[in-house]
This record gives sequence, structure tokens and C-alpha cells, in this order.
Amino acid sequence: MSQPLSPWARVQTALAVLAVDPAGVKGLWLRARASDLRARVTAALPPARRLHPGIDDASLFGGVDLAATLAAGHLIRSKGLLADPTPLLLTMAERSPAGLSARLALWLDTQGPCLIALDEGADPDEGLPAALADRLGLFLDLSDLAWSDTEGLSFEAGEIAAARARLAAVRLPDKALESLTKVAFAMGIPSLRAPRLAICAARALAAWRGEDIASDDTLRHAAELVLAHRGDLPAEAPEAEPEQAPPPPPPEGEAGEDSPPEPQEDRLPEDVLLEAIRAALPADLLAQLAAGKAARSAKGSGTGAARKGNHRGRPLPPLAGTPGAGKRIDLVATLRAAAPWQPLRRREAGAARLEIRKSDLRIKRYQQSSDRVLIFAVDASGSSAFARLAEAKGAVELLLAQAYARRDHVALIAFRGQSAELILPPTRSLVQTKRRLAGLPGGGGTPLAAGLRMAFDLAQQARARGMTPTVALLTDGRGNIALDGRADRAQAEADSLQIARALRLQGLPALVIDIANRPQPALRQMALVLDAPYLPLPRADAQRLSGVLQAALGG
Amino acid sequence: MSQPFPFSAIVGQEAMKQAMVLTAIDPGIGGVLVFGDRGTGKSTAVRALAALLPEITAVEGCPVNSVRPEDVPAWAGTGLRKLVQRPTPVIDLPLGATEDRVVGALDIERALTRGEKAFEPGLLARANRGYLYIDEVNLLEDHIVDLLLDVAQSGENVVEREGLSIRHPARFVLVGSGNPEEGELRPQLLDRFGLSVEVRSPRDVETRVEVMRRRDAYENDTAAFMKKWRAKDSALRKAILAARAALGGLKTPNTVLHDCASLCIALGSDGLRGELTLLRAARAQAAYEGDATVSRSHLKTVATSTLSHRLRRDPLDEAGSGARVARILAETLP
Repeated sequence: MSQPLSPWARVQTALAVLAVDPAGVKGLWLRARASDLRARVTAALPPARRLHPGIDDASLFGGVDLAATLAAGHLIRSKGLLADPTPLLLTMAERSPAGLSARLALWLDTQGPCLIALDEGADPDEGLPAALADRLGLFLDLSDLAWSDTEGLSFEAGEIAAARARLAAVRLPDKALESLTKVAFAMGIPSLRAPRLAICAARALAAWRGEDIASDDTLRHAAELVLAHRGDLPAEAPEAEPEQAPPPPPPEGEAGEDSPPEPQEDRLPEDVLLEAIRAALPADLLAQLAAGKAARSAKGSGTGAARKGNHRGRPLPPLAGTPGAGKRIDLVATLRAAAPWQPLRRREAGAARLEIRKSDLRIKRYQQSSDRVLIFAVDASGSSAFARLAEAKGAVELLLAQAYARRDHVALIAFRGQSAELILPPTRSLVQTKRRLAGLPGGGGTPLAAGLRMAFDLAQQARARGMTPTVALLTDGRGNIALDGRADRAQAEADSLQIARALRLQGLPALVIDIANRPQPALRQMALVLDAPYLPLPRADAQRLSGVLQAALGG
Repeated sequence: MSQPFPFSAIVGQEAMKQAMVLTAIDPGIGGVLVFGDRGTGKSTAVRALAALLPEITAVEGCPVNSVRPEDVPAWAGTGLRKLVQRPTPVIDLPLGATEDRVVGALDIERALTRGEKAFEPGLLARANRGYLYIDEVNLLEDHIVDLLLDVAQSGENVVEREGLSIRHPARFVLVGSGNPEEGELRPQLLDRFGLSVEVRSPRDVETRVEVMRRRDAYENDTAAFMKKWRAKDSALRKAILAARAALGGLKTPNTVLHDCASLCIALGSDGLRGELTLLRAARAQAAYEGDATVSRSHLKTVATSTLSHRLRRDPLDEAGSGARVARILAETLP
């Protein structure tokens, strides 16, 4: 039985595979912050042209080279990056907008050989967009490597060429195809691209190692490189939920034990592969996987949440005007305006060059459309659980239906025990929201302050992304856990009021829904501080609640 | 990749393949929406479809693939006479495509070099008489969606910008795909798709292994693989052509019309587009099966894909509307 690859050996193997068959494995997802270590790895990558997330269509597909055109006086076209089948390197891939990801995905599907994505995601919720993560074969995370573990990386051109020459002749053992597919399935990887990529990687690796038929080790290592990071270990949420709606892919431990032991003559039992993958999983994989998941739900949830800090509006027709003072020139529109006059002006000026007059200048205009995000902070403490948590869930569901009708984003925070927890980052997917809500357990203390704090942070983030947040607080108001986690009722009270004041200062619209059995004066007080509508949840009258919410949101 | 994966070699995903074949028989059905997991062969199927479709006759050099020389729009230039066979266009509309690229705009090259005001056709022109494929359609920016809605409705692209006033035909079958977890599709656009199918990753190992086997064979020896499947593909192409020819002579009994109406009433689908599409799809299905008369069984075959996306949506219904359609179908048309 062989050992799994050491982290550094994994890097070396992955790079070799990429060098031997870039078009087969389609690329590499390299998760690391910029560092000397990363530089060491990227230096050994095949030569690639760099692109950045903000790249525009003209640079990708080619277009009119405006600067050259103006200087030369005749039209000069630039060639797009995607025109040549050369490898591309996408820097800051975690910020890649959906549009760019989709275009690169299309390019990979049709003509592009491979893409190397440098993912510098710092937060767990940053990661490669799912469209790309699904297509790139290899994954490397350098975060658990230290400089001292590593050594210089270089490949002999001759070696690579020899391996490439061998590639066509490499065969896989008969069972390999089936084993890899089964393993991917057992790991709960829905995409069929994954086993396909693993097969390509196995072939390339065998060619690299000079094997005619891929050995078991080679298959194991290929599975490690391609499949390990795609596994669906924490099925839906990082926190184990009491009831899991989707058919959970068996966690790996079970898969190994429950599956009937394969007969010995089987050359490559799947659980051996699984074993290898499990061994390859770094300790903090949970966080990383959660990152992938979060990226899937947050990145793609419509246009609003996808782009951070750069919420472009819908372009309006350009307007005649002078650039400056924050107005940007729309060069193309300016040229378009000037174009029809050129023959006339040339005749007049006598010079054979582009004549642009001030009257031709056009400026860009955007219509900012701000998406709304409704942040639910739900009290799931013991006191409220026994009282009316179920009713509160019903109320939230009603509100969700409304949010759906208005195309709002929703986010869900639950607070119980010692702290608050972000159950769902802002998303438009109601089905997910509902699923998470249904699985929300109750019990423990009431860390009202922590819940408010998280709602406040989330609202700030949403605002930074150009969305308009509204906080809906559902609680029974008996806050008894202070911000620092101590059970101190007085301190808890003070903390929550302080955060409430901060919310008010930020001008965040809010709504307080009292789910206690009897209306709580303390909550009414808090609503006053928040300058928010206060609403004791009427018994079995969720409709009234949604009516009030509608009024509160001006909807 | 010069040769796309053969259409008949796609394992499973019958609903998706069937929907695509139906639109190939009758483009008037109005598009297919494919929603589902990643890596289930959505893009593969669309690209395979492009290779499968029979060729069309079009005027050579015409930007909108006109049938007859006299239909070539004036802005496309004169002197285009020659008719050629060309593959049915399947045009990709990438996310984030600018309005200019979609509807067309002033030809800046000619404007700059010759000072002429000329129209440079966009994707909609190229997709005329063919297919327009939008991957991740649910992430498409709203203003592009509005444009598409308008054109898909009228079958004509009207450009009024930069002093241009151009209109040209833009009749195409819209094929959209996406992953519902990443965002919903606006109901207005949803309604424009004639058929909608849900694809899932195959749940049993055998099917998955078979997918891998075929894909591997295709990658290893494309020529041999294509040869192996060519017969099936051309049989399917012939069946499509035969069905197209049979479509005109198809009888539609009154009872089928009644069935259509009562089914849509029972489902409470908005508007009459549901009935119309249901009937069209059922006719295409009948023609495909080689029957001379549309019957209730054809209706049942296509009901789920034509109606499931037209129901007033209960946003919190997880089971999906496909199940609802199936239930009511069983109740209404025993």
C-alpha cells in the first residue's frame, strides 16, 4: 500500500500532469495568497498569457484598437486573448465576475487548452466561480506548505516532450474507468466532468512516470489531485443539521465501511481510492469546502451579489457632454459621433487624420439599480423555541414569498446558545433558504446582542456591494448572553441597545417582530432605539405580519 | 474540438434530447430551457444538436441567412444571388455580451475608414433561422433579457440607434441552460421558452460509467467514434426531416383540442400560450412517431415539458412543478 502524496510532492505531480497534458486536464485551480512560495510554483507553470477579472470583451475577443487607430488614422484591430490556443492565467480568480467565468468556460469547452486560476481568496466565502471550478481539473492549496518544505521546481523540456510522446500509447487498466467514476459518485460529486478529468490526469501522470499501463499508485494520485477537493463532505451546511433534505452522499467514513468489501481479485477496489483521497484531505478542508459551497451560492445569486464593490449599473445611452468631474468619456460613442463627419472635415482641414471636435464628445452614463437584501435575524434560543419558533418560521416563510415576488435577496442569521451564526449568505435562492430555515434547531441562551451584531456586519457588507439592506429581527427579547459570551443579563441588555444604536446611526432600516408569548416592553424600547416598526407577532395570523412588513418596507 | 460529440451518443437525458428534437421538427414551438446540475451534458447536447440538424438553404453572404435573394435586407448589400447549403446556425450568446453585439450597431470600421453609415449585424441576425444558445441564462443581465424578449416575441430585430434605422428578421429557437441554485429566471422570460426540461446528474453508477466510457472513446479516437455513431445520427436526422414533411398533413381531432384546454384549465396556467405550445409540441411528437393523427398519448408525452414552467409558481414548493403537472395530468386525462 502506497503512501498518499506529501503536500509538496502533490504540487510537483500536479505541475507535471499539467505540463504533459494541459488540454486534457483543462487547468489548475491554485489557491494561495501572493508569496514567494506561490511565485516558485507559478514559475514552473507552462508559459501562459495573463488576464485579470476586469478584462473587457475587446481584449478577450479582439476589437478596434482605439489608441492605435487614432494615431495611425486608419483602423487597427487588436487580436483578442482568446483567439490563440495558448494557456491563460487568470489572476485574482476569486473576483472573476459571472460573465467572465462563463466566457472562459465556453472557451475551455470549445477551443482553449487550459486555464490556470490563481485564487487569492482570503475569506472562506471567496472562491473560484463554480463554472470554472467545475471545469479545471487540478486543485492545489499552498496554505499548509512552508517555504522550508519546498525546493526549486523545474522540468526538463526533454522530459515533458518524451512524456507527451508516450501519452497516446498509455492505457488505463480495464477497471480504472469504472473505479474512478464510482469513487466520484461515492463522494457525491454530481458533475460528470470530474471523473473525466481524473481519467485524463491519470493518463498524463502515467506517461510522465513512464508507465505503459497506469499503475494503481498513479490512479490513486490522479484521484487525489482531481477529485479530493470536489467531495461533498459537509453535505449542505458546515454545521450538522438535524434533518437533511437532500439525499446525502454518504460521508466518506461510511462509504468505506458500509460498501460491501470488493472481492480481492478486483485490482483496484474503490475504497482504496477513497482511502487515498481521504488521506489527502488537509485538516481544514471543511473550511475550504464550505468556501466552495458559499461561492456557489453567493457568487451566482443574480447580478447584485456577484460583484464586490463594483456594482455596475445598466448602461444608458451616452450623452453629449464634456468629460471630467467624475464623468468618463465614452470613446466608442465619441468616435461614432465623429465618424460620419470625417470625409467632410478632412476636406476642410486638408489633413488625412481623424478629426474629433468637442461636439463629438460623449460621456458614459449608468443607471444604478440597487438590489435589496432582506436580512432575517431569527432568535432560535430555548425560550423562543418553546414559545413560538415554529410560528416565527412560518412568518419568515411568508416574508420569503414576498421577497421572491420582489426579486429581493435574502440572508438568514440565527442566534442561540453563545453566539450568532450566518445560516445563509445573501442569496436569491428561496429553496435553499427554506431548507436551511426548516433545519434550524432551537435551544440554549439568547445572545440577542451577537445576533444584532452579525446582522449589522452583514448589512454593512451588503451595502459595500451596492445593495440596500433591511434587517428583520425576530426575537422574544429576553437577551441573556452578552457579546463576550457571558451569561449576564444586564450586560446583554446594554450590548444589544448599543448595537441597535449603531444600526440606527447607519440609517439601516429595520423591523422588530416580537415572538414572545406576551409583548415585551424591552423590545418595544429597542424598536424605538432602532427607529423601527414594532410588531408583536399575532397568534396564528401570519398574514397580518406580511402586511406590516410590506408597509414597513414601503413595498 | 472540430467535431462535436454525436447527439445519439449522449447517454440518458431523454427528456432533454426529446425536447431538442421537437424544436428541430417545429421551430415554432419556441425554444427549450434546460435547468439542472453542472456537468450533465447540457452544453454538449446543444453543440451536438448543431451538428445533427439538417442543413438550410440560404443566400451566400447574407448576414441573416435569407431563404431567397429578394429577402436579403438592403443594408446587407446588393448582388447577393447565389444559394448555398449551410449548417443550421447555432449561435452562442455569452453572458455579459453588450447590447451592440447582440442587436448589432454602427459598423465602426466602415464609418471610420469610409465615412459611411453602415450596419454591423449582431448575434440576433446570425441566429436567424437557427438557434440562439444562452448558457447560464438565469445570470443574464436584465437589459439583455428585455431585448431578447422583445425580439423573440416579434421575430424581428428593430435597431434604432446612432442614426441607424434598421429592421431585419430574427426568428430563432432560444435554448437556455442554467443552474437554478444560482438564481431564478424572470417569469417573463420563462414563459417564452416553449419547453422546459430538468436534467439531473445520473443517480446510478452504471449510467455514469457508461457516460465515461463513451466520452473516453470519443476523446481517444474521435474518428472511429464518430463513424460508429454516424448511422444513428443520420437516422435521427432523417426522422426529423420526415417529421417536418409530415407536420402539414397531420390531423388534429377535436377531442385533442378539448384535452389541451381542459388540462391547462386544471393546471391554472396563465394565458393561452400553454395550450398553443402544448398542441404544437404534441403535433411534432406525433409527426416524429410517424402517426397520422394527434392523440392523447402524444399530449401526455409532451405535457410535462410544455407546461411545468408555466404554472403560477409557488416559490417554496421544493418538489418542483413537474410533479404537479404529472399529478394533474393523471387526474384530468386518464
